[in-house]
This record gives sequence, C-alpha cells and structure tokens, in this order.
Amino acid sequence: MKVSILQFPGTNCEYDTEYAFKKLGADTEIIWHKSETIPDNTDLLVVAGGFSYGDYLRSGAIAKFSPVMKAVTTYANNGGKVLGICNGFQVLTEAGLLPGALKRNEGLHFISKHHHLKVQNSDNIFLKELSDGDIVNIPIAHHDGNYYIDEAGLQELEENEQILLKYTDASGAVQNPNGSVASIAGVCNKNKNVFGLMPHPERAMEVVLGSDDGVNMLKGFFES
Amino acid sequence: MIKAIVNVYLKTGVLDSQGKAVHHALDSLGFNSVEDVRIGKQIVLQLDETDREKAMSDVTEMCEELLANTVIEDYNIELV
Repeated sequence: MKVSILQFPGTNCEYDTEYAFKKLGADTEIIWHKSETIPDNTDLLVVAGGFSYGDYLRSGAIAKFSPVMKAVTTYANNGGKVLGICNGFQVLTEAGLLPGALKRNEGLHFISKHHHLKVQNSDNIFLKELSDGDIVNIPIAHHDGNYYIDEAGLQELEENEQILLKYTDASGAVQNPNGSVASIAGVCNKNKNVFGLMPHPERAMEVVLGSDDGVNMLKGFFES
Repeated sequence: MIKAIVNVYLKTGVLDSQGKAVHHALDSLGFNSVEDVRIGKQIVLQLDETDREKAMSDVTEMCEELLANTVIEDYNIELV
C-alpha cells in the first residue's frame, strides 16, 4: 500500500497524515506541489490539511492551480483513490473533483475540538470498516467548514449515497457546529473514488491523545 | 490602461454569516433602518489593455476560473 501525500506551501498536516498511514503499515511519500507527476505506484493520494497559500482569496482557491493538481485530476478521473482532509477537502471542491463548497463557519469562529460524527453511508472503500449509523469521535479544526450545496445538489448526494458523515452528538442526534447544509461533514464523488471531509481522522490515531477512531476510518483504504 | 473593479458576493439565498453579524451589530448601535447587510470582497485589477470588450471578456474568464467560486458566489465587473 503506497500513500502519496500532497504538500503545498502552508500545508501543515502532512506529517500527521504520514504518521497515521505508517502506523497502519503503508509506505508513504510526501509530494511537493511543484511536482508535475505523482508516483506511478500510488494506491491512495491524500490532500492533507493546513492552510495552502495562506487561504488567500478562498481556502483552496490558489492550490487548485499548483502544477501537481493536473496530475491529481488525471489520477482521479482514471479511478485513482483520493482523500482530502480539511484544507484538502476545500482544495478538491475548488478543483471541481467534489461537489459543493466550504464557506466561513456560521458562527464566524475557528472551531478546534473533538466532535462526534455519524456514518451516513459506509458502502464505499473509505468507510467500509464501519457501518451505517456508527458514531466516531474525531477532531475538527477549521474556520471554513460550512459545507454548502444547493437543494438539487443535496438531493443528488442523497440519492447516490455520497454523504459520508454528518456532525452529531454522542447519541447520533444532529449537532451542527458550523452551519453545514444537512450537517454534512464529508462527501464523496459519484464514482466513489474521491473523498473529502473536514474532520481529521489522522489526528485520532491514539487513545492517549483522545481518540483512535481514525484508525477504522483510514484502514478502509487498505485491502481487507 | 483599463482598471477593472470586481465585486464578489455570496449568492442571494446563500447565508452570509458575516453580513448577519454586522447587521446585528448595527442594530444594537441603534441603526434600525438597516434591512439587510451583505459582505463581499472587491478585487481591483490594472489591465495592460485598451480594448474594453477584450478586457471585459478576460476579466469574466478570470472570475469564472479563480476570482469567484460560482458554486456560492456571484460577481460583477466594472471597467473604469
């Protein structure tokens, strides 16, 4: 299992992501954004979190024009598996690889805390180790995590089972920290090979650090 | 030289949390005549171009590709 992790100027979660996937037994490589290719043997490409280009203009807006993004788009369009976490999710929506957009949090504050999430659709490679309705406890840390999609788009997401996770409380009741449409925390594309979420599973790998619920999420990308 | 002023706003119907917060603040200051507040951003471009039509079509392309995210934002362009 080879995991390639993108690094833009301002990315700051690439080493946490590397730690998480190494812990699960993967080979990892960090790819600087100026690279025009991604390694041929990549099984999973991760767009890591952070603040690419200082979030200038809009979160993820400048990163989509980095040289590496052409290769990412080709890789994704050929069925390659891509995971965008936090800023990575924003980059993938800006690049048009995932539907919707991420707006400023409704309460305008940067939110950094653990939050419960309910698995909405586990019939995909990412969440296959979990079941629909499972609750995980994963850190969130974002200013622009307010997921927006119009009504027609939302209906499409629901029909195609593209909603991965929703923000809830520990019992699974909706609890929306940032104003996201339908309390959505993560989505995938129609072909279910491109995934994006605001919460940070790579920061939930050790019980001693609050939660290891990220393990069963990221494990999904490995052959079972 | 043509100067292009681009205004980018959240689309009508997309909640503008900053506008709402400022609206509340104005209200609490006693400015009760304010019915709505929308906050956007203004991008000012100096273009090395004399053909206004060409300038307009260039800037429109810039807006579609980068300056606005048309999933959530509308834009307008003024050439001066």
